[in-house]
Amino acid sequence: MVTLTFPTWMEPYRALATGKMSADQWQTLLRQLIWPVMGIAAFLLLWQLAAQRIDTSLGQFPGPVDVWEQAGTLVDEHQASRAKEAAFHERQEKYIASRLAQQPDWEPVYRDYTGAPTFFDQIGTSLITVMSGFLLASMIAIPLGIVIGLSSTAHAAMNPLIQLFKPVSPLAWLPLVTMVVSAVYVTDDPLVAKSFLTSMFTVSLCCLWPTLMNTSVGVTSVSQDLTNVSRVLRLNALSHVRKIVLPSALPMMFTGLRLSLGIAWMVLIAAEMLAQNPGLGKFVWDEFQNGSSQSLGRIMVAVIVIGLIGFLLDRVMLMLQRALVWDKSSVQR
Amino acid sequence: MKALLELSNVGMKFDTPKGTFEALKEVNLKIDSGEFVSLIGHSGCGKSTVLNIVAGLLQATDGGVILDKHEVTEPGPERAVVFQNHSLLPWLTAFENVELAVKQVFKKTKSKAEIRDWVEHNLELVHMAHAMHKKPDEISGGMKQRVGIARALAMQPQVLLMDEPFGALDALTRAHLQDSLMEIHAQLGTTVIMITHDVDEAVLLSDRIVMMTNGPSATIGEILDVNLPRPRDRLALADDPTFVRCRQQVLQFLYEKQRKVEPMPKRTSEKAEATRKRA
Repeated sequence: MVTLTFPTWMEPYRALATGKMSADQWQTLLRQLIWPVMGIAAFLLLWQLAAQRIDTSLGQFPGPVDVWEQAGTLVDEHQASRAKEAAFHERQEKYIASRLAQQPDWEPVYRDYTGAPTFFDQIGTSLITVMSGFLLASMIAIPLGIVIGLSSTAHAAMNPLIQLFKPVSPLAWLPLVTMVVSAVYVTDDPLVAKSFLTSMFTVSLCCLWPTLMNTSVGVTSVSQDLTNVSRVLRLNALSHVRKIVLPSALPMMFTGLRLSLGIAWMVLIAAEMLAQNPGLGKFVWDEFQNGSSQSLGRIMVAVIVIGLIGFLLDRVMLMLQRALVWDKSSVQR
Repeated sequence: MKALLELSNVGMKFDTPKGTFEALKEVNLKIDSGEFVSLIGHSGCGKSTVLNIVAGLLQATDGGVILDKHEVTEPGPERAVVFQNHSLLPWLTAFENVELAVKQVFKKTKSKAEIRDWVEHNLELVHMAHAMHKKPDEISGGMKQRVGIARALAMQPQVLLMDEPFGALDALTRAHLQDSLMEIHAQLGTTVIMITHDVDEAVLLSDRIVMMTNGPSATIGEILDVNLPRPRDRLALADDPTFVRCRQQVLQFLYEKQRKVEPMPKRTSEKAEATRKRA
């Protein structure tokens, strides 16, 4: 005999299946499933109706069905490209094997497949770029935020600069970053592409501010009582920061990190689009330039995927926050 | 015998935009080893300032404090403080909170196992052994204050400084903690300075009650010796003539000699505030 245990959120569905629903469970079901589904359905309907009335130079604006078809096409293209790549490698292996059989002292040359990146490749590139930029920004913003929070001198010195650079749009930084990366990063055997560095630095420059500000505020607002405890215990400066300041500031710091990651993702798409760096932004731009009758549908797929990934990134941060932060009340949805 | 702790001519002046404000003036007090001394007075009379000067958290502008032949210039674990609102680190368990203090004070003299035993011993002393792996959020206010006391005791201080330790607790919990504190004081013979608002508490716990005049320029008004034998029992003391007389004297000092004159409008507005909060 097997006993199945259900997670609590599944309880209403089990009750529904067995035909025994309590009023509370109905409420839960409505809130968890029925209202969201109806909201989405209403949106799809409005979208369909509106799309029928919009004619562009690239044809009619795509409705939900067109977009769904294009999503399928993008998956097919990806699979086709992967098959091509596999075939390429197979041909290469065969060629090398046959040539080695004739000419045993020949040094084989392996070449990489050079097909155009698919939609899914672009997603991968974007994710790697955004995480690199976000990590770089965090590595700068957290220590700097701690210093600014601890020292009023540092705060006075840095505050005007922070206020000045915080509102700058990524698009303004981009030309400068591009030129600096081109000038400084000169090597014959590049480990990473220049375009990757340009996107990454632009993302970092724009997303470090929330982490910086929140960390410094978190550090400044360590309670006087806890500081007194630290003084009575005669903790040295390093222990004071490690044992008192950092844990105190952690909830604020995480709030900053979540905001930063959200900004990083938005900035990245804009930067990729404008700088023609690989990634989802470039995909959108290429489709726009391409101007086929499917372009708008494909762009709409990208829009939805961008939103979905942004949402998932935020969820991951939320899970991290829940796992690491002691003050559960500071964790918002 | 020379006193363990000596405050001589302690004065405190603050610079304000309106000129110098003298909070404390000529506070002189000698405390012997093992003595339990209460500081009592109306709010704003500078009791906390005195305690913070002894703790080293504030520097007196005049005079000074000598503990065991050394002048007090900075805070330190030999003058452990029990803060009014427990001041436990909320991300650490009760055990870890005490452990942080023990590690800091005894890391050179105690082994890992000894540190562990010492933390547990002090938590047992305040009857918190059953909840030592809980975080401050998970325990009641009285329990938090017990952990705060355990943390201070675990530093083996020469003087234990308590800043209205039971002020934020309900009457029943407060009585329990007072009993625990008397028990600990009898067992360890720690020297204690405690700030309180509560006349009964002061008489019940103290060997001497230091009554402070109202500020500005607050100072010690009277010192009352409480000649009651220990151990003391709150029920038996309730109609003990010495207890009643001591209580009477403190009340007289506070409500006749040092009656706090507060401007009326402020009071009403405070009351209005309180009723608004309740509603």
